[in-house]
Amino acid sequence: MDSLFTLTPPAAWGAPLLVTALMLPVAALMLAFVLGGRHAERVVLATLPIGLGVAVAIAAAVLHQGATLHYDLGGWAPPLGVSLHADGLSATLLLTTAVVLCAVGLYARADFRVPSGAREARAPLAFWTLLLAVWAGLNAVFLGQDLFNLYVALELLTFAAVPLVCLRGSPQTIAAALRYLLFALLGSVLYLLGGALFYGAYGTLDIALLSARLASGDPIAPAALAAAALMTAGLLAKTALFPLHLWLPPAHAGAPAAGSAVLSALVVKASFFLILRLWFDVMPDPLTHLAAQVLATLGAAAILFGGILALRQARLKMLIAYSTLAQIGYLFLVFPLVASPAAAPALDLVQAPGAWTGGVLQLVSHAFAKAAMFMAAGLIAGALGHDQVRGLGGLGRVLPMTVFAFALAGLSLMGLPPSGGFAAKWLLLSAAIETGQWWWTLVMLAGGLLTGGYLFRVLAPALSTRGPPLTLVKPVERSRELVVLGLALCSVVLGLVPLSSFGLVQIGRLGATGIGLP
Amino acid sequence: MSSVTLFGLCGAALVGLGLFGLIVQPGVLRKILAFNLLGSGVLLLFGVIARRGAAAGIGSDPVPQALIITALVVAFAATVLAVALLRRLVQETGRDSLDTDG
Amino acid sequence: MSLALAADAGLALLILGLAVWTTIARTAFGAVIGFMAYGFLVALVWVRLAAVDVALTEAALGSGLTGVLLLGAAARLPRDAAAARPGWGLRLAAGVVSAAVAAGLAAVVLLLPVPGPTLAPVATATLPTLGLGNPVTGVLIAYRAIDTLLESVVLVLALIGLWSLARDEDWGGRPDALRAANPGAALVLLAQVLPPLGLLVGVHLFWTGAIAPGGAFQGGTVLAAMWVLTLVAGLTRPPRVGGRGVRLLLVAGPALFLAIGVAGFWLGGAFLAYPAADAKPLILAIEAALTLSIAVALGLLLAGPPGARE
Repeated sequence: MDSLFTLTPPAAWGAPLLVTALMLPVAALMLAFVLGGRHAERVVLATLPIGLGVAVAIAAAVLHQGATLHYDLGGWAPPLGVSLHADGLSATLLLTTAVVLCAVGLYARADFRVPSGAREARAPLAFWTLLLAVWAGLNAVFLGQDLFNLYVALELLTFAAVPLVCLRGSPQTIAAALRYLLFALLGSVLYLLGGALFYGAYGTLDIALLSARLASGDPIAPAALAAAALMTAGLLAKTALFPLHLWLPPAHAGAPAAGSAVLSALVVKASFFLILRLWFDVMPDPLTHLAAQVLATLGAAAILFGGILALRQARLKMLIAYSTLAQIGYLFLVFPLVASPAAAPALDLVQAPGAWTGGVLQLVSHAFAKAAMFMAAGLIAGALGHDQVRGLGGLGRVLPMTVFAFALAGLSLMGLPPSGGFAAKWLLLSAAIETGQWWWTLVMLAGGLLTGGYLFRVLAPALSTRGPPLTLVKPVERSRELVVLGLALCSVVLGLVPLSSFGLVQIGRLGATGIGLP
Repeated sequence: MSSVTLFGLCGAALVGLGLFGLIVQPGVLRKILAFNLLGSGVLLLFGVIARRGAAAGIGSDPVPQALIITALVVAFAATVLAVALLRRLVQETGRDSLDTDG
Repeated sequence: MSLALAADAGLALLILGLAVWTTIARTAFGAVIGFMAYGFLVALVWVRLAAVDVALTEAALGSGLTGVLLLGAAARLPRDAAAARPGWGLRLAAGVVSAAVAAGLAAVVLLLPVPGPTLAPVATATLPTLGLGNPVTGVLIAYRAIDTLLESVVLVLALIGLWSLARDEDWGGRPDALRAANPGAALVLLAQVLPPLGLLVGVHLFWTGAIAPGGAFQGGTVLAAMWVLTLVAGLTRPPRVGGRGVRLLLVAGPALFLAIGVAGFWLGGAFLAYPAADAKPLILAIEAALTLSIAVALGLLLAGPPGARE
């Protein structure tokens, strides 16, 4: 079995790009920190396009070769060394991250400018360096192939994300950041314990080697079962899946808009991605079937619970944060749909198994839509001086482009055509029906109605033409509105692309569930 | 029972104790202490696994040892951040717990 | 043998007792004192588990620096912090969950495979090509160099996060959290006598890390502890957070590590690979820079966010 995994193509072009993707944000972080002042922003804005280029190149390399990229760091092969790995899913997420961060970088310039007269200011230096650190952490998570290396990546992400929450320094945001930190640390330490137990049972932390040893036919070690359970629990706390969600709404709503966008669109996806890898790339199938039911049940609860609470929020940013809880729930429906025994034959076909593509599409379109929404909410709050949902009447007349962008992003969240969210939810619904798991369709439909309900609360007054005209406290820069609109369009355009072009997300996946392997 | 197993059981108990403290302690500083107990229990378990991997003339598998050192430094940095947030919270609100805010 | 077992059982019981004390002590201050003693005993366990490198780090970081940090925090807690304890229901549920986790882990420990899997033979086999004698250093600086590199960046990041908690008007000031309001004569004397010794120990740890227990993290921690002592006694003052010099010191280690790692593409055939002929000097250079950066970062992490600008 081991030999299967050492047969990685020796000289796949593009593998060194993985190192670039990992180290570019790290190098930029150090440079921005040392130069400080106004240079921090310049370093970020210069690095972002390069990083986007690298992500595009990695996606192209994966797509062109139709295979996973692999890089042994220092030339040391696992289990002694640590390797990097990018399959289609990793490449897709690297690209999504780069696009969202480019938009966030452009958007945040107005909020994090060093005031004239000062050489350096607290919030700008912190924001720009933390943004690079978030990027480094995300790329490390998406590229990691070693469970402990992934632990360091998760910690990098935590240490970058928590201070973003309380950049404003108000007592509420301090409390939110502290609560977030405690949850995140609990999650990390449980994850680490899982890693230790895997090592104790199988003597390796490399995902491919572990998977091979677990699939070797011997009974699975008790330590491995405990490890998978502990890791999942820890990662769920970091992903804020119901009922471990308490920290998310105040944290995501408390951060400055650009920070909220990063946290909600990207950071929670990192821990979700690791749950995917754990159950589809490490653990053997029969166990995955079992875990899938538990995970999806929690996901279903999150969809309903998050939707209902979003309906009741008075503040726009809180509403969007609760919406994230619900949208995360959809991601967890992927587990039973992909891992269903009934879905297995589909994996042998060349065509995409719908559930997997649907799940990835949900992840990506939510990232674009949610980043756009939080940034639109930031523009609205800045222009009105508040973000009370009740006070949004007639907003469409004064900020038409922002409201339009918000509505477009909402289209994707609701899963209405034509949008990425529609394609995602359609694929998930079809997969649920094809595999005879109709009960998940009820949850998805109810979730769609709830999403429609809470977005209606925002959009109906915003688009109404009655009432006295709103007065703006502060004008909104057109360029920032365009950035938000661009992201919202990304989430919609995903739905217009023919599904066959999503072959990228399948690369390296055939057999990842254990079925395609000869 | 060997000493190694004994320390392993001790680590397991510390994890349970830390977890309990993290959930039920109302004060943030006590939660931070509980997190440190939990973390040290986890590392102790890892250390036991390292000791069981004694081979090639070394008393303890060097790979987990290195990982434990890395994790200790991470835990320290995490504690620093948590304490700093707590001090700001106390300055701003006079409270040292998270129980009343939603 | 049975004597050693009895001693170990006593150690384990003492540790558990201190952990329970840390959890149930009435005052936060008492709990912190209990935790510091606990950390010291855990360092002894590491020695018993033949992990001397870990013991060094635990003694300096786990009980030493963490203790100073937590004591400082406990002293500044509000007096009347009588936060409501959670209800019986939650405590019972938490107790059941925690006990179940502990019991499950205990079972896992008893069921671990015999003999335990290990990478020790592979890790030692390739050590001579690196010119190293200490396999732990080999793992940290070569086989798993990426973890160490990212870890040293995490320290810088934690510092940025800490500094971001300052008030806007304090930006550019000096961190002043550590300085004792009224350092006693004994403390000042200690801060004058101990650091030169500590400096020697720290440098020694870094230097011997190549062959014996020790290395960048361990050496850096001891150096940081000495610096912190002089800060508390008011003999030295932390640098201003705006200065470029201190930031250069902070990133020197990771930056050099990264630079040599990139050079590895050409010199060693892969990122973070060392050329067979010159591995040892390169590793020592990285270790030296890392020791310095880690010491500065740990010291500044303890010193807190920048305070009032004078």
